[in-house]
Amino acid sequence: MVAHDTSRTREFVTCDGNEAVASVAYRLNELIAIYPITPSSPMAESCDEWAAAGRPNLWGQIPRVVELQSEAGVAGTVHGSLLAGALTTTFTASQGLLLMIPNLYKIAGELLPCTLHVSARALAAQGLSIFGDHQDVMACRATGCALLCSNSPQEAHDLALVAHAASYRARLPFIHFFDGFRTSHEVAKIRQLADSDLRELVDEEDIAAFRRRAMTPDRPTLHGTAQNPDVYFQGREAVNRFYAATPGIVQQKMDRLAALTGRPYRLFDYYGHPQAEHVIVAMGSAVETIRETVDWLVARDARVGVVAVRLFLPFASGAFLQALPATATAVAVLDRTKEPGSVGEPLFLNVAASLAERGPGAPAVELTGGRYGLGSKEFTPGMVRGIFHHLCDPKLRPPRFTIGIRDDVTDLSLPYDPDFDLEAEDVRRCVFVGLGADGTVGANKNSIKIIGEQTENFAQGYFVYDSKKSGSVTVSHLRFGPREIRAPYLIREAQFVACSQIAFVGRVDVLRYAARGATVLLNSPYGADETWSRLPHDWQATLIEKRLRLFVIDASKVAAASGMGRRTTTILQTCFFALADVLPKDEAIAQIKHAIEKTYGRKGPDVVTMNFAAVDAALANLHEVPIPMEEVVRRVGLPPRYPGAPAFVRDVTARLLADEGDLMPVSAMPADGCWPTGTSRFEKRNIALDIPTWDSALCIQCNKCVLVCPHAAIRAKFVAPEALAGAPAEFKSAAFRSAEHPGMRYTLQVAPEDCTGCSLCVQVCPAKDKANPRHKALDLTPQAPRLAAERVNWDYFIALPDPDRSTVDAGTVKGSQFLPPLFEFSGACAGCGETPYIKLLTQLFGDRLLIANATGCSSIYGGNLPTTPYCSNRDGRGPAWANSLFEDNAEFGLGLRLAYEARRQTARSLVTALRGRIGAELADGLLQEDPGTDAGVAAQRGRVAALRAALAGAAEPEAGRLAELADYLVEKSVWIVGGDGWAYDIGYGGLDHVLASGARVRVLVLDTEVYSNTGGQASKSTPLGAVAKFAAGGKAVGKKDLALMAVQYGYVYVATVAFGAKDSQTVAAFREAESFPGPALIVAYSHCIAHGYPLQLGLDQQKLAVDTGYWPLFRFDPRLKAEGKAALRLDSAPPKSDLAKFMANENRFGLLGHVAPERAALLAEQARAFVRQRYERYAYLAEAGKPPPTPPHS
Amino acid sequence: MSLETSYAGLALRSPFIVGASPLCDDVEMACRLQDAGAGAVVMRSLFEEQIDAEREALINDFLRTADGHSEALSYFPRFDDYQLAPDRYLRQLGELKSALTIPVIASLNGCHAGSWTTYAARMESAGADAIELNLYHLATDPLCNALEVEEAMIETVGSVVQRVAIPVAVKLSPFHTSLVQFARALEHAGARGLVFFNRFYQPDFDLENLEVKPELHLSDSSELLLRLRWLAIVSPHVKMSLAASGGVHHAPDALKAIAAGASAVQLVSALLRDGPRHLTSLRDSVARWLAEHEYASVADLRGCLDLRRCPAPEAFERANYQRILQSWRL
Repeated sequence: MVAHDTSRTREFVTCDGNEAVASVAYRLNELIAIYPITPSSPMAESCDEWAAAGRPNLWGQIPRVVELQSEAGVAGTVHGSLLAGALTTTFTASQGLLLMIPNLYKIAGELLPCTLHVSARALAAQGLSIFGDHQDVMACRATGCALLCSNSPQEAHDLALVAHAASYRARLPFIHFFDGFRTSHEVAKIRQLADSDLRELVDEEDIAAFRRRAMTPDRPTLHGTAQNPDVYFQGREAVNRFYAATPGIVQQKMDRLAALTGRPYRLFDYYGHPQAEHVIVAMGSAVETIRETVDWLVARDARVGVVAVRLFLPFASGAFLQALPATATAVAVLDRTKEPGSVGEPLFLNVAASLAERGPGAPAVELTGGRYGLGSKEFTPGMVRGIFHHLCDPKLRPPRFTIGIRDDVTDLSLPYDPDFDLEAEDVRRCVFVGLGADGTVGANKNSIKIIGEQTENFAQGYFVYDSKKSGSVTVSHLRFGPREIRAPYLIREAQFVACSQIAFVGRVDVLRYAARGATVLLNSPYGADETWSRLPHDWQATLIEKRLRLFVIDASKVAAASGMGRRTTTILQTCFFALADVLPKDEAIAQIKHAIEKTYGRKGPDVVTMNFAAVDAALANLHEVPIPMEEVVRRVGLPPRYPGAPAFVRDVTARLLADEGDLMPVSAMPADGCWPTGTSRFEKRNIALDIPTWDSALCIQCNKCVLVCPHAAIRAKFVAPEALAGAPAEFKSAAFRSAEHPGMRYTLQVAPEDCTGCSLCVQVCPAKDKANPRHKALDLTPQAPRLAAERVNWDYFIALPDPDRSTVDAGTVKGSQFLPPLFEFSGACAGCGETPYIKLLTQLFGDRLLIANATGCSSIYGGNLPTTPYCSNRDGRGPAWANSLFEDNAEFGLGLRLAYEARRQTARSLVTALRGRIGAELADGLLQEDPGTDAGVAAQRGRVAALRAALAGAAEPEAGRLAELADYLVEKSVWIVGGDGWAYDIGYGGLDHVLASGARVRVLVLDTEVYSNTGGQASKSTPLGAVAKFAAGGKAVGKKDLALMAVQYGYVYVATVAFGAKDSQTVAAFREAESFPGPALIVAYSHCIAHGYPLQLGLDQQKLAVDTGYWPLFRFDPRLKAEGKAALRLDSAPPKSDLAKFMANENRFGLLGHVAPERAALLAEQARAFVRQRYERYAYLAEAGKPPPTPPHS
Repeated sequence: MSLETSYAGLALRSPFIVGASPLCDDVEMACRLQDAGAGAVVMRSLFEEQIDAEREALINDFLRTADGHSEALSYFPRFDDYQLAPDRYLRQLGELKSALTIPVIASLNGCHAGSWTTYAARMESAGADAIELNLYHLATDPLCNALEVEEAMIETVGSVVQRVAIPVAVKLSPFHTSLVQFARALEHAGARGLVFFNRFYQPDFDLENLEVKPELHLSDSSELLLRLRWLAIVSPHVKMSLAASGGVHHAPDALKAIAAGASAVQLVSALLRDGPRHLTSLRDSVARWLAEHEYASVADLRGCLDLRRCPAPEAFERANYQRILQSWRL
């Protein structure tokens, strides 16, 4: 745990903005109410970990950290806790903050002091964005909360304290905010506030007064009256004086902080030329960029400056006008938010009002307002310069503008020089390109720590991830220098560039980050002699043109030889220190070793020795590649991208994939956020090192591999032999083992460039070679040598006809897997346990499927640009998918269903009205209730075609309307999909209501037993004894039985499934749910990376989960009652193995044993009892539901 | 009568040692075994591979999932101090030491000299009265000859002995070509005791699924015979103490082992099957037998049937093998 010693006076530490804030909030509160949301979650996680470790707050207490079911729940708890007199805080962002708004009005209305720390983030509008801007906090302007903004991790640390201290004095709730990701996730060297600083700023008398106001029956009071027209208005005005006093209080606290630490802050800070004429007003990390650019411009005689806004609300106009130089003639106000249709964004409006109210005689100031940086769009010195350029020239000065994008629709965007760079000479800039989770980011954070904490240098790190959960590319941007670093933007010209994966060469434009003369480090299995010849021409040309130096190390080999296994981080880190010239080499190596001792000393001397050996071996194996000086001709005339793809793919998707998204103009964007499906197939990510090879002779054609594949990258078909006439030479097929399809050929094909190499298909394959059981019908073999042939095979396979749906038995695993998946090649983790369920859903019902998808993993791999995995069949039909929010998914899905039913009803009425024209037989056929089967759907589609023909040329307006609505006569299926965080927690109220409504919706809960997408926080689904974030001490209560709760309605179809344990039951449950004439719920066990074991073992774990009773399988079908049978059928046998066997394989259970063995043993025992009792309960229900035995005849 | 004995430099009140097993995972069980008459306890083995693998698993699991996605930079809480197997082992050792008065022997299982042997010193600091070093090596490398295997073992023993002042006993497998020579080499390397023999779990086959399955069977008295032979052969040639492990279930088993040269016998299967009370009856039966046969002490019986003193040494030797085979008649 990163828990810096705060008892010492103001030491330097390196941490990110989130931790800088959490360290203050934790020390100053008694109750911390939490709920996960990006990018604020790490603040809550830190607090939970510190509390679990028994770290006290400023008053010697361990704060109580409590997780709620949603941010709305958090706000309610915060409100109650404040009213009852406990020092309370929380952390949130984006939609979470929106959910708190109703209570923020209450908290402010009741003058309850507290501070909410917000890593400010964009809001979901035309699309979701996890990234930073100020839309969330600006949505809270009217709540009555004070809004205080920090611009850097150091400021966030300092102003967190100012916010808390001022809040108690002012009696107002504060929202302390800072830029999501750019500040919350930037790792920086900051000077830490000591406990004594906190004591100095927070006035004990203010706190005592707050406590005296607490609600207690010892001094009975009443809050929350319902007020009539006679007094409500006056009551609302009664708070004005508190708002008037607040700016003064905040400034006092800032002044006190300055006296203690030497770091001065003002409500509005001005930087720049003392007689500036042109001034930008802004808040957030952008101020840092503007300040650096202003310094550069002032040094070149420009009269420019910037006003940094810290206290946005209450807006102290006087203080603002005081900060603005009197010489200013033109002011540009920058807002990192968007209020469509408004006269201007909030900061602009406040500045405009302040200037307008200066009174007569005030010098004229030209005002303009602009938006920038939405959703973490980069904001660079070039943009600042561009703004000043337009501000300085009255002819160019726009009334409103945007910067950083190209708006070719409303022409609001200002041009700027994208190549303008402002990096200081004495700052070392280093960029590392790595593979997600390959240790590159961790090593860089460690390097920053070493340099930041062990030397006089300042350090900054910022890490960019792509949107995939497997095979993602990470880019680390590191700066080191002798002065504080103010550069909250990405590095473009690095003196040192490293690439941890040889596979990126040719795929990722690593060298674009390299400045002229830079040093490049490549982790290459080829030596110094061979590497050059293996580089693509573009790399060679760039290396020569930019006069780069190239070094190589075979880090994997060195790691293996030093006993480090596959961990290459220490080795690459050593090479970085040896080459990057941040510290003298010997000092750098000594520092690394010192850090190793510090980190691993307690884990035994052998670990330290091993790491030391790796450091030494790294230096010995680092070699420079000689670069020949002859010119290399760049390849010109690249082949056209994505030939044959739809225009949108060629015009838009292709550019997003080429990392050109920032260059896309506004006109290229769908204005309503509606994107085409079926684009992931163009991505061809090539991330698998090994792919399955099929032995057609050994294969028993069970299709289990097809079912378990999380990425739909292995598929089966059967075709007539003549269809294979032109098959590629290496294309494989075998006689189809099917009595129903004699003479057909069976084929199984992998998509070599879409497979992730997770090996689940190989794990599930039951067909062993009798003579050599290690060889199965599917074996993993290296991808590279097979790529060319398998690519051809795959294209050929896809073009083969799909089996006719009417001829396969979709009720079996084997049959269902001949149906083409309409969900493919998503960005989910390799080996994901959720996606096989979604894929199955699309195979069974995809042509008539509407999906309402709760926010979470499934919405990220389901809908995160640049590509979309949902796709269409040959008829152009396929799932229509939408994500509304996290909390509302069940209700959103109900809306989709009700809209369908309304349109369907209209269509049916029109059929009845037009019965004469279309004929009685066809009309009656169309009006038959559809059972939702493939055959029924096919028959109805036939009737709809006939209907259209019958309506052709009809003059009646009803005929036209019916023709438009005709497709609604075919049954559509609405599936509501989401994870356990949604179903068990934040969306449970809605889910419960929708199930209770009786509506014909189906709900698929992908149960990973944690909030997987945000990094594994506990939900009410988390099992007893598991360690998760927000349950660092191990979850002390059992998992909520969502399935049983739904069973109690009696009219809801409910099933629990685990495809890795009993795939046939999974298929049966999906089909039964679909055919059920009411609400249906499937709770699907989904193994997950957050369980802490290699996912290739996911299927074995699923089997163990069922065998140990950890995950009992059942189906509850109310229809069976009518048949006189028990509605609840247990599909799994009584537990036959000890639960410990299941738990022992997963780190989520094992971790507690490493931290608190006694508690781990106790919880494990309770978990056993829990599992046993639950099975007994199910068995009782299954038995009790059976009809009584017929009495014997007397 | 007194059953006192001396084993590997430790004075034991009885020759019955609770062998390396899960029996001492529970302090209460260990106390009951002490009350039932145990002379010493050996803790469950801490494996060389376990030390490495557990650490690797933890580190790898954190690494495998760390910093892969902007919303999930990790999947588990960060803790400063994970207790790995050695930490937990040492804690258990400490608890056993405070609860028991009889010697507690810590057990390390490994066969390569390496930094893991430093755990012996940590075991000593935690209060271990002796170390039992279990040299279990499965030679599957076709390039590694028998001499190299034994030299590595001797080096391992030497490196452990160097690190501690407490006695080190070595537990062996029966499959050494020249066990007497090897035993002497181990003694030369500093071993103070030898335990005959390791019972390793032998894999069985699942013919239906064509899989290999590890199996665990408890021992029975028939396994004792192998121990008796080698105790009798080795004991005249070494000064260090010997112990029998594997197949000691009943009083005659224990007495035979002592007669073959053992100073102590280790029990696991019998105790797992019948509980601590079995130990008491075993102790009483042995004491009764010794008294009835007028042996004043365990030491008096020890070695009376070893290869040097037994009346018919050829019974141990090759001639016996020939006679037995040829005497078999259908």
